[in-house]
Amino acid sequence: MSLNRAAKENLVRALAVSVIEHADELTSLDQAIGDGDHGLNMKRGFEAVLATLPGLADKSLPEMLRTIGTTLVMKVGGASGPLVGTFFIELGKAVPEQPTRSDLVGATGKAIESVKARGRSEAGQKTLLDVLVPVQAIFAAGADAEAIAAEAAKAAVRTTPMLAKRGRASFLGERSIGHMDPGSRSASLLIGAAVATLTIEAGL
Amino acid sequence: MSNSESGNVGIVIVSHSAKIAEGAADMVRQMVGNAVPLAWTGGDPEGGLGTNVAGILKAIEIAWSSAGVAILVDLGGAETNSEMAVEMLAEDRRGRVVICNAPVVEGAVIAATESSGGSSLSAVQRSAEEFYA
Repeated sequence: MSLNRAAKENLVRALAVSVIEHADELTSLDQAIGDGDHGLNMKRGFEAVLATLPGLADKSLPEMLRTIGTTLVMKVGGASGPLVGTFFIELGKAVPEQPTRSDLVGATGKAIESVKARGRSEAGQKTLLDVLVPVQAIFAAGADAEAIAAEAAKAAVRTTPMLAKRGRASFLGERSIGHMDPGSRSASLLIGAAVATLTIEAGL
Repeated sequence: MSNSESGNVGIVIVSHSAKIAEGAADMVRQMVGNAVPLAWTGGDPEGGLGTNVAGILKAIEIAWSSAGVAILVDLGGAETNSEMAVEMLAEDRRGRVVICNAPVVEGAVIAATESSGGSSLSAVQRSAEEFYA
């Protein structure tokens, strides 16, 4: 897969817009079981990423991903900054400039392990890992773009009946059941945007 | 936030609320005066509740001591952001910063009291963590 400058810029814009346009929804999900800042925090982070365009798209793919991650770490705030930022930083460290599908499978796997370490968490605890882990599994198994996007959306919905065991929602105990995890929702939005753009730009 | 050149372990207070962080720092100063390098950070960049890596890095810089820095945090995001900040420090500083598993207000006062007697970083951390264990 090779992304030219315009394709990289389109990818960054699509990622940012997916979160920014859903900021109110993310906030209301977070108001139900958290501290209600997820939409605002993610919006602030991705607006900061957009502000680094067009220069950001001049960088190599690995460097661009690391820069996105560092920007998110510094600007998002809350636990989401280090968690989502770590994903992009580690993805940037693990991908080559022109990754094959198998390179991307390996790199996303490594990035998810880093997110687990950062949050001292695993799938099943009502966090963004409940989207990242199953989506990466079907990606590794050869799923096409449409199936990946569908799994991301479904995986976020599957967090609704889960009991939160990490993050602020865990304070609510059983009252966290019945609400979708906001971090899973934002992860699914980002994956949906990435897959749609990469399908158009690089025939994922 | 003026700081001493005492060589004692520095204390950083990280809360989601700037008021709590500042208030805890006031309580530390009441106990140990200027004998301990001290800094606090709290709130998101727009002045709302939250914690952020940039603010924590700045606080570590202000409270820096050759003896190291002990960080006291409140809720989860404060800890995650503090861990991220520590990893982003220069390599020679990274190993000299610890995050204490202790209540933020009580831990800060106890850690600072221990530091003011010239204790090592590990003794400062232990005092904060053991008091409420």
